[in-house]
Amino acid sequence: MGKLNDLTLAEARDGLAAGDFSAAELTEDCITAMEAARNLNAFITETPEIARKRAATSDARRARGEALGALDGIPIAVKDLFCTTGTLTSAASHILDGFTPTYESTVSQNLINAGAVMLGKTNLDEFAMGSANITSYYGNVKNPWVGPNGEDLVPGGSSGGSVTAVAANICPGSIGTDTGGSIRQPASLCGVVGMKPTYGRCSRWGTVAFASSLDQAGPFARTVRDNALMLEGMAGHDPKDSTSAPIDVPNFEAAIGGDLKGLTVGIPEEYTLDGMPEEIQALWDQGAAWMREVGAEIKPVSLPHTKYALPAYYIVAPAEASSNLARYDGVRYGLRVEGATLDEMYENTRGSGFGAEVRRRVMIGTYVLSAGYYDAYYVKAQQVRTIILNEFNTVFEDVDVLLTPTAPNAAFPIGAKMDDPVAMYLNDVFTVPANMAGLPGISVPAGLDKSGLPLGLQVVAKPFDEETMFRAADALERAANFTAKPRYLGGQ
Amino acid sequence: MAYLIESDSGTWEVVIGLEVHAQVSSRAKLFSGSPTDFGAEPNTQVSLVDAAMPGMLPVINEICVEQAVRTGLGLNAQINLHSVFERKNYFYADLPQGYQISQYQYPIVGEGTVVLDMPDGTTREIGIERLHMEQDAGKSMHDQDPKRSFIDLNRAGVCLMEIVSKPDLRSPEEAGIYVRKLRSIMRYLGSCDGNMEQGSLRADVNVSVRLQGATDYRTRAEIKNVNSVRFIMQAIEVEAARQVDVWESGDEVVQETRLFDPNRSETRSMRAKEFAHDYRYFPDPDLLPLDLDQTYVDKIAANLPELPDAKKDRFIVDYGLSAYDAGVLVADKETALFFEEAAEGRNAKLAVNWLTTNLFGALNAAGKEITESPISATHLGGLLDLLADGTISSRIAKDVFEEMFETSKDPAAIIEEKGLKQITDTGAIEAAVDAAIISNPEQADQVRDGNDKAIGWFVGQVMKATQGKANPQAVNELLQTRLKG
Repeated sequence: MGKLNDLTLAEARDGLAAGDFSAAELTEDCITAMEAARNLNAFITETPEIARKRAATSDARRARGEALGALDGIPIAVKDLFCTTGTLTSAASHILDGFTPTYESTVSQNLINAGAVMLGKTNLDEFAMGSANITSYYGNVKNPWVGPNGEDLVPGGSSGGSVTAVAANICPGSIGTDTGGSIRQPASLCGVVGMKPTYGRCSRWGTVAFASSLDQAGPFARTVRDNALMLEGMAGHDPKDSTSAPIDVPNFEAAIGGDLKGLTVGIPEEYTLDGMPEEIQALWDQGAAWMREVGAEIKPVSLPHTKYALPAYYIVAPAEASSNLARYDGVRYGLRVEGATLDEMYENTRGSGFGAEVRRRVMIGTYVLSAGYYDAYYVKAQQVRTIILNEFNTVFEDVDVLLTPTAPNAAFPIGAKMDDPVAMYLNDVFTVPANMAGLPGISVPAGLDKSGLPLGLQVVAKPFDEETMFRAADALERAANFTAKPRYLGGQ
Repeated sequence: MAYLIESDSGTWEVVIGLEVHAQVSSRAKLFSGSPTDFGAEPNTQVSLVDAAMPGMLPVINEICVEQAVRTGLGLNAQINLHSVFERKNYFYADLPQGYQISQYQYPIVGEGTVVLDMPDGTTREIGIERLHMEQDAGKSMHDQDPKRSFIDLNRAGVCLMEIVSKPDLRSPEEAGIYVRKLRSIMRYLGSCDGNMEQGSLRADVNVSVRLQGATDYRTRAEIKNVNSVRFIMQAIEVEAARQVDVWESGDEVVQETRLFDPNRSETRSMRAKEFAHDYRYFPDPDLLPLDLDQTYVDKIAANLPELPDAKKDRFIVDYGLSAYDAGVLVADKETALFFEEAAEGRNAKLAVNWLTTNLFGALNAAGKEITESPISATHLGGLLDLLADGTISSRIAKDVFEEMFETSKDPAAIIEEKGLKQITDTGAIEAAVDAAIISNPEQADQVRDGNDKAIGWFVGQVMKATQGKANPQAVNELLQTRLKG
């Protein structure tokens, strides 16, 4: 038998159902791949014992004829931002040293309930703040793809470990979070399918908060179908999260497989950026052409305030973060660095517990909320957000989905853009608007740049219309027929 | 009566506004399911949410919302159908989230009115600016260890209502009456138990002074966290006097936060660093705005109990009480209940006297509340009946009352047991009257000579001889006939 970790989720599901292999065998291959790929630094904590136990439970369940749905026995990786009972949850920050939750996040619990097998907790940018997975206290993650001259590349961020686990065939699916693009941008840079659901589709309970009004959990997988299966296992209303939507979870897999007849795809003209690589523009045009070929109507649309989305995001997100991160104060859990007074203890703890990027955003956030600046920054940014939302609503009266590039560039070498935070922030320019408006978006690998690195295209849909989003993404995926593989596969 | 401070430069009046923090009566906290019972072991009523563990989210307790709406209605206030919870950001060890969830720009309750019953029977209207809901913080204990502070999070996240008055109060006395009235209204509503000694009711007191007749406000100082009516009144008194001294000496009162020290009877400035916060308020993104519909509010309004003001008016009309008596009775819900039960169908004025003079006196001496009264309202009513139908005299009634207070027994049973029934048998009274006249010929002569005071003395003698059981009215009439007829 070949290596089972190379299977897609749907293939693994079918193999388990047919009795071709057991969840234990599948999990063992994934554990082997995880261990072999340690040079990528995708995991902060490996949990092979938990994985073996859950796989055995899954096999026993299946043997009793009580197999659950598609995810029963499927190994997955979990971003280390989701609290997991009894397993270190670090948010890739020094400040959460030794923090082992006594509770399980709703999203990871939903996956446990669906029979999924957790392989480990994946690396990320500290508190999910970053676009290259270089701000982790546990070191950077390496993209399984390498540069034209063999140089190490960033996987994107912040969900760098979860994207790498899927891109390197360590497991067929993983979960991340997306506040400004932290699932879709790395998916684009690593050649996999990553999606952010509608705000409110997945519960935020038990997930370490970055920016509460923007954070959403979402899945990575190597195919659109697998991605749909993952989302079905994660989503659902949660009374413990007041912003969780009381909406049933549809059968997302059922939405895919057809053509795009009757579908109108909007091409927002403001997503053409000065200085954007030509090959990205070309790929975008190609994507529209592919969709037209399978029946979609392509329509240019205008979202005039798009250019204000990123600046407004970098006010709203740090503002919320500065408040959300106040609880990491050394008093109750995690790191404490003593001081002569309470204030000194706070300064010592937070000064050494948070990395530079987190400190920068906490300071920006504190500044924009402070007296005298609140109206000029925070209130203004919220007004921009409302305008952006209204523009999307207007456009969605005419089109069903939007097609855009996912990121303005392919993966870049580790160390690039390090000294210029604004250049780094530009990585999220195409993904942030969907967060600001709470819309679902998915990145599908669609082609390679001239260096042979993957590029993704993004499909954005109406709120709670993930089905149409998956339908369009699936058609795009089939047309693109993306088959390129990264250098590091299962640690080979 | 006006509260004025005389000084060399003139006569000063004091301007007071209160921010009362009232703990909402609810089984669970504002945003978590933890219990709120007072006096539990430290840190035994703390959920993951209260301790601000990573990823925890607040979920609003609907009971707290209902209590805030009830209170707003009780204050005759505007109920805002749209209100917003915001985060008030500051660092302190007993504030686990690093922010307090509170309402800021859009409170749940807007302007309202509270009517004060003044001792002279008049009323004063005090404006309410707003009422908003917020989380309480935990408790820091700095006296348990020489170097460390201990934190108890039992109180963290408990729902408070902050009730902000307009600067309408003009004396320490009014401030005291205002707080008692608020407490009374909330106890009627069941929205706050008002136990100041348990910290269920605390106040921040804003004080300024100005020359009598002035219309502008001068700079105010805020006295934080005063936890009894007496201290509120004392704090105002000493702070107003201090401010007058400051203005008199040519200095300026500075806007600042002060603490009241009851032991030294003074207010002290808190160090600027302790309160110079920029709270960075912004809407809490974990919570949706609170949107109520009018039918929800109407339903709560329809089920409000009778409140003190309405009850007072009814007592005046139904029982013919004075405004003062009615005000005293309705101040406490339990007292009002007790009164109505004892007075129903009886002489209300008599009931008020027995309640406010005799029972309150006895309870006070015994350190008991009306709810702990050994004499039930039914038994007090029974005593009034026995007085009314002439079974006992009012002198005997006092003895019976004492016995009732001792034993909680039925007054009729006590009278039966002790043979205290009033003597209405004319023959027995005649015999006693005659005996008294015969044994005291000198006094009898005085009465015959027109000294009416001496009649009273004879009544006393007869009552003594009959152990108080003779009907004093009958004794008096007989003496008149015998000595003057």
